[in-house]
Amino acid sequence: MAQALLEMRHITKEFPGVRALSNVDFTLHAGEIHSLMGENGAGKSTLVKVLTGVYPRDGGTVFLNGKAINPKTPKDAQDCGISTVYQEVNLCSNLTVAENIFIGREPRKFGMIDWKTINQRAAELLAKLDVHIDVTKTLDNYSVALQQMIAIARAVDVDAKILILDEPTSSLNEEETAHLFKIMRQLQKQGLGIIFISHFLDQIYEICDHITVLRNGELVGAYETAKLPRLELIAKMVGKDLNEVKDMDNFAEKSVPSDEVFLEAKGIGAVGKLNEVDVQIHKGEVIGFAGLLGSGRTETAELLFGINEINKGSLSINGKKLHLKNPMNAMEQKIGFCPEDRKLSGIIGDLSVRENIILAMQAKDGILRHIPYEEQVKIADDCIKLLRIKVSSREQLVKNLSGGNQQKVIIARWLATQPDLLILDEPTRGIDVGTKTEIQKMAISLAKKKGMAVVFISSEMDEMVRTCTKLVVMRDRRKVAELTGSDISSDGVMKAIAGGAA
Amino acid sequence: MSSKLNQMIASKYFSFFVTLALFVILYGAGMAIYKGFMRPQVFLNLFIDNAALIIVTIGITFTLIIAGIDLSVGAVLALVCMVLAWLLANTGIPLGLAVLLVLVMGTVFGAVQGYIITKFDLQPFIITLAGMFFCRGLTAVISQDTIQIVNPDWVALASYRIDLGVGFVSIGAVVALIMIAIAALVLGFTKFGRAVFAIGGSESSAALMGLPVFRTKVMVYAISGFCASMGGLAYSLIMLTGYNLHGLGMEMDAIASSVIGGTLLTGGVGFIPGALIGVLIQGVILTFISFQGTLSAWWTKIVVGALLCVFIIMQALITEQKSKLSSKRSMETPKEPPAAAVQS
Repeated sequence: MAQALLEMRHITKEFPGVRALSNVDFTLHAGEIHSLMGENGAGKSTLVKVLTGVYPRDGGTVFLNGKAINPKTPKDAQDCGISTVYQEVNLCSNLTVAENIFIGREPRKFGMIDWKTINQRAAELLAKLDVHIDVTKTLDNYSVALQQMIAIARAVDVDAKILILDEPTSSLNEEETAHLFKIMRQLQKQGLGIIFISHFLDQIYEICDHITVLRNGELVGAYETAKLPRLELIAKMVGKDLNEVKDMDNFAEKSVPSDEVFLEAKGIGAVGKLNEVDVQIHKGEVIGFAGLLGSGRTETAELLFGINEINKGSLSINGKKLHLKNPMNAMEQKIGFCPEDRKLSGIIGDLSVRENIILAMQAKDGILRHIPYEEQVKIADDCIKLLRIKVSSREQLVKNLSGGNQQKVIIARWLATQPDLLILDEPTRGIDVGTKTEIQKMAISLAKKKGMAVVFISSEMDEMVRTCTKLVVMRDRRKVAELTGSDISSDGVMKAIAGGAA
Repeated sequence: MSSKLNQMIASKYFSFFVTLALFVILYGAGMAIYKGFMRPQVFLNLFIDNAALIIVTIGITFTLIIAGIDLSVGAVLALVCMVLAWLLANTGIPLGLAVLLVLVMGTVFGAVQGYIITKFDLQPFIITLAGMFFCRGLTAVISQDTIQIVNPDWVALASYRIDLGVGFVSIGAVVALIMIAIAALVLGFTKFGRAVFAIGGSESSAALMGLPVFRTKVMVYAISGFCASMGGLAYSLIMLTGYNLHGLGMEMDAIASSVIGGTLLTGGVGFIPGALIGVLIQGVILTFISFQGTLSAWWTKIVVGALLCVFIIMQALITEQKSKLSSKRSMETPKEPPAAAVQS
């Protein structure tokens, strides 16, 4: 085989108290799309950050085209030809689109930045990626998906040999993802080596040639995608036997909703956000809101939680008509809501796990009522045990937890308020397969054991199908179908979404 | 109609235009009420009287853009006045060398503050507050009393008038305007300037995009120190003294001017010509009061306080409106890609 484009040998990285990487090897060839797989905390991000010079490595060597390199900063790595697009878009929202693409390497004329060329070249670059937007507007004018494309445009244009895409698709819808894959194949043909990190198995199998699996900071192995069946991959990631993994898919039985209606919404809507939607939520039911990104799933949930006011239709909870003016009203009705973007509107990184869990309870009780420390400790410990949150202690800062565990902390926060209805908006986004399954199971068991009603919103059809007893399918900000029982299948949902479009 | 308004609000320069309009209105009102306002010299005096503040404001705007702050500028200005006066009074070194020395001193002091802030990732507020006490104290240690500057060259420079036909300006005013132009160019058209904005937008993103964050931050504080010492020279040209209480509270005036001119304290947004107008607005209010004759000069502070409040609220509203607009747009985007796919 030809010389590898990138060879990482015996990479070791230690953080205080943790060995994040030990003796990891990784090889990437030119013109290859290579996936790094592993559960959260397996060391994927650390490996990438070592490669891009964000973290110094404690041991091992890196060869680029056979030459040893040692990038100490992202700039060093960029100069070597290693470009990265991170999970959270790392651009500056106060700068224009064009500037975000060119900053740090602006073309100049007479020593001064040549804005005309920048704007022109930025527009051309984006046009190549089929993105047609005004590049002179500031970045905060555009959606996350577009920002992602812009980040890729930047990464590609810096004359990269290696492109690292760290969960680029977690905020893209299907068409945008397809668009991205087209670009990736185009770049692959140009001889770039691409490292692709994603939690979506479908995507991995669609686009990647090779897979390297990490677990607990150690290398499990490198495989050709075609020779590694999915279940085997999952088994390697979680470090369990194949049979156990098969079991994982064999789900606990779904909950049986009671006849008691907890919440009934008739034709609720909000101007510009949602057109009339009817929903009936029974106690002990896991109800899914399905649909594409932007179809109105989240908007519906936000109306139910009082984040936005309902201007049309009526809402009754436990048979009483109500008007929710704000989330506090909803909380009084025993509704809990875990938002889609946990970094932005959920988690408070600088507080401990215990403090984060107590937060919603405290908000509900009013800030003046002190919750005794012993009670806080008990609630926190209960939640940590119930949800199997991996923490060193309940006083660990939340920002030091992995994504999946942060998500669990948010869920724990709402569980502490003992809600009758818990809304989970994309609870499994950006977290690993093992934890995903756990969260799905948890949703079911909450409905089963506590008779709680759970609203489950997700972009992944499989998990909705597996978890929900009823699916409300949305398109273009309205409800297009309601599926129950045996009608619930990926196919059924797809048809319902596509239905009106034909 | 409303979409046009939205577009205006979304424009980067919206708050600058509001400030500019306010200045024009204030000045127009002055012309309507007092005949004296009609004289071009009154306008030019705004620059002459506020030369030092303009220069200091430039530096502080740099620090505000990277979401920092420099509270030491007033004290550095006083120290520069004092050291210059002391050097000229007590040593035989030539004027040029003395000027150069104080400039280097201020710049190095700024750079040291910047280094400490960046190296140890400390709050700029606290470090520059410490710097303020340090410089103010040092100034008093050099001399408790006023030191007069009698150096003939410096006195000549101080009284030198550049005739513009309709009136005259001082050396300080010209320097201030040149520095405004240079600062605007640096921020708008150099790699360094854009890195400053990027850091203000998101420091971690800037680092991941490979920008020299450390160096840029230290340089920003060095620039602030340099501007404070240049401001000190301009101040010295007006006062011709070194005195411990020179420039007391000037850092606050400078921050206020910068914010009125459209700089966001959260960083990432700032516009040098806006900062200039911010200073001039304060100057116009002061001119009003002096024409009126009976009001206390402290009314300036009251008006500036009120203005500051109004501008901060306006900025908050603009930010809110903008995020509303962008969320609207992102709701529309899912429709865009299919159209693009058809094209391809």
